Amino acid sequence: MELDIVELSRLQFALTAMFHFLFVPLTLGLSVIVAIMETVYVMTNRPIWRQMTKFWATLFGINFVLGVATGITMEFQFGMNWAYYSHYVGDIFGAPLAIEGLMAFFLEATFVGLMFFGWDKMSKVAHCIVTWLVAIGSNFSALWILIANGWMQNPVGAVFNPVTMRMEMTSFFEVMFNHVAQAKFVHTVSAGYVTAAIFVIGVSAWYLIKGRHEALAKRSIAVAASFGLASALSVVVLGDESGYSATHSQKMKLAAVEGMWDTYKAPAPFKLVGIPDQEARETKYAVQIPVAMGLLGTRSLTEEMRGINDLVIEAEARILNGILAYDALMDIRAAKGAATPEQIARFEDHSADLGYAFLLKRYVDDPREATTEQIAQAAEDTIPGVLPLFWAFRVMVGLGFMFIGVMLFFFIRANFYGMRFPRWSLWAAVFAIPTPWIAAEAGWFVAEFGRQPWTVDGVLPTALSVSHLSVGQVALTLAGFVTFYSVLFIIEMGLMLKYIRKGPFMDVAETEAWNRRHNDRLSGRTSQQPAE
Amino acid sequence: MILHEFMDFEVLRVIWWALLGVLLIGFALADGFDLGVGTLLPFVARTDLERRVAINTVGPVWEGNQVWFILGGGAIFAAWPPLYAVSFSGFYLAMFLILAALILRPVGFKYRSKRDSETWRSAWDWALFVGGFVPALVFGVAVGNVLQGVPFRLTEDLMPIYEGGFFGLLNPYALLAGLVSVSMLVMHGAAWLVFKSEGLVADRAREFGMYAAMATFATYALAGLWLAAGIDAYAFTGAVAHDGPSNPLMNEVVRGGSWMAAYAERPWIIVAPVMGFLGAAMAVLGFRARREGWTMLASKMSITGIIASVGLTMFPFILPSSIDPTSSLTVWDSSSSHLTLFVMLVSAVIFMPIILLYTAWVYKVLWGKVTARDVMDNSDSVY
Repeated sequence: MELDIVELSRLQFALTAMFHFLFVPLTLGLSVIVAIMETVYVMTNRPIWRQMTKFWATLFGINFVLGVATGITMEFQFGMNWAYYSHYVGDIFGAPLAIEGLMAFFLEATFVGLMFFGWDKMSKVAHCIVTWLVAIGSNFSALWILIANGWMQNPVGAVFNPVTMRMEMTSFFEVMFNHVAQAKFVHTVSAGYVTAAIFVIGVSAWYLIKGRHEALAKRSIAVAASFGLASALSVVVLGDESGYSATHSQKMKLAAVEGMWDTYKAPAPFKLVGIPDQEARETKYAVQIPVAMGLLGTRSLTEEMRGINDLVIEAEARILNGILAYDALMDIRAAKGAATPEQIARFEDHSADLGYAFLLKRYVDDPREATTEQIAQAAEDTIPGVLPLFWAFRVMVGLGFMFIGVMLFFFIRANFYGMRFPRWSLWAAVFAIPTPWIAAEAGWFVAEFGRQPWTVDGVLPTALSVSHLSVGQVALTLAGFVTFYSVLFIIEMGLMLKYIRKGPFMDVAETEAWNRRHNDRLSGRTSQQPAE
Repeated sequence: MILHEFMDFEVLRVIWWALLGVLLIGFALADGFDLGVGTLLPFVARTDLERRVAINTVGPVWEGNQVWFILGGGAIFAAWPPLYAVSFSGFYLAMFLILAALILRPVGFKYRSKRDSETWRSAWDWALFVGGFVPALVFGVAVGNVLQGVPFRLTEDLMPIYEGGFFGLLNPYALLAGLVSVSMLVMHGAAWLVFKSEGLVADRAREFGMYAAMATFATYALAGLWLAAGIDAYAFTGAVAHDGPSNPLMNEVVRGGSWMAAYAERPWIIVAPVMGFLGAAMAVLGFRARREGWTMLASKMSITGIIASVGLTMFPFILPSSIDPTSSLTVWDSSSSHLTLFVMLVSAVIFMPIILLYTAWVYKVLWGKVTARDVMDNSDSVY
């Protein structure tokens, strides 16, 4: 019964979060690309750049609004479906969310209206600044959201308070500069840039195939490819940084992603492919690259990386220690605010593992009454689903390297081959459009599914985090979200395609007038007309 | 960090209680007229062009306005985590309704005029109506329930357990509070439409606005009388440490007495209801006298007074529990930690003035009426 609520709530969170993240990466990247295009317009005054800016901004707008709409759900479903989580870690987790609103979302949302409605109401430079503020706002948004998420992966700067039964912040500085959060931020934002770059290249390629809007398409490819190349490189480098961070904070996630059941003698090999078998606790048909994993994970040849089996043994020890913490906690509660220093000291000795005792709550109300089998089972539960993690990770990384290839190709073609693109490459670019989304969703899957069975790693189990609701209630809202979101998605895709087909609004007379003046200037005769 | 020790926990709690009020009022003032315009849309604007004019009065600003709501949610989460946990999970299906309505709204604004089809546009017009009316109603209903106490209790582990159903929320007093909320936001939306548009749309809005302002006055008075006569208040039984740990179960609470006792204890809070009534009355006159700016200010004053009166009357209670009064959430026992409140205050002090400055600038750039001419001339770029 209780498990059903947990599974349904997880499903709901996963679906709404993944749906939200269909729109976020494009918002992150396209806002910057549009701002770059408008900057070129302000600097050169060429009408084509304004037309490009407006065209891509229209597509940005159609996408942005669903990001905003589905983001509202994200902000509220912690309280709706994860009430105990909200109580237990709100003291830390709520702060970055609120600061995101104050610092980033207000900026982004207030100026996005002007970005669309303000073209004739302010100077070119002012409008360009407004566009940049939207881009900066959306990127800052990502920063604070990832600080919140990073804390769930690596809960630093906080301590459990036995009187208030929750985690409380001890250092905002540590929460903010959590190395996991910082690595995640740059990784995620760069992934958004790559998504937008692939999107712009793909749509432009389609125009080139159809022989439409060539001036716009070629320039768009040039911008997107240079921007995308830098981003694609940064995604891979920062992704590696995330992995390195995980070595120290989330050993189990890393071992699962690697299908690494036993602890290898340092340095560990990297499994290129294989089929992890959770039952047999081995990874079959593995093709390994010697030394690679040790290098990636620890940046050394001698440091050891623990395998899943050893980590389970470690977890069992922590559960036993956690039971002592739980026992001390009950003593403090029974003392009703008059706990002795000894009682508090005894709690503090074991409190780091309190969360591990909570893993037993799935099986028994009072962890102190758990049987040996239940303890062994709870330790076993700390292994996430290895097979899906192993492959989701490989899909993400494979695509990441592919993006570098795509960007490099278009960058070289755009800059050194006079913008001539072979037809096959244009078709390839069109078909590549969905791939960054697949990579992004796979990446979130690795991060969040890999954190199971915890909502906050080592602190609060997922099974304990949910609200006290009935299965019917959660099932009802789940069905509601699925229906509602599916309809919205179809509508959004329809509009996106309509506006791509329609293409940019080109003022031919204006462009020709500009070209005439430009040619006049080039041929040495000074134009008498004021520039645009 | 040691800095936060210079500011008392008690003071920080009161500041964050006040900031919660500021955010809710900010939301009602900023996003309130969007919700009101949405609710009025099918009635004040009949042709497609009229509807586009009405929608475009809020077109460039609704996105920023809605952030007040998001920020309100974020601030409750950060400063009052137990309130966030109890109310959002307790009002589960009501919250879902609000979410669905507030998701429809952005999409409606943005997508409505992107296709020429009449069915498409009229479907989105109704979506905008739902997106305006439903949240306006549900917010009021929620406040009506909060005043009566909500059927939840906290376990020893401080897990909130809600024992009421969705339909329990729809009791007569709560529905009356819902009417207050709808009336005042429709008044506000009408004041905005009169301010930002002209011709038929403005004329119809003026009429609706006048009735809405009267309804605000009447329903608010009725809700006040009912509160005085028939709704039990809540009170602490013993002394309460104002800087104690945030565990509601440590303080005993009983149900009984009248919320109106607050006016004997803190007579100055009468300012709030006076503003509520006076603003609504002035709005009626303002609509009639065609003083557009004046009406807008009166409407703002009324909304500020009405929302503030709820908070000030209930202080220090935030969310009383009807089935287990001891579980009630109050200012003194359901906040975040001392450090978190301080960190949040610092960020609010830094960013709120900046937000207000650039928001004011945006409104200044967009100053002036939206006309049918504007919409036709920019048919491709506006909503």
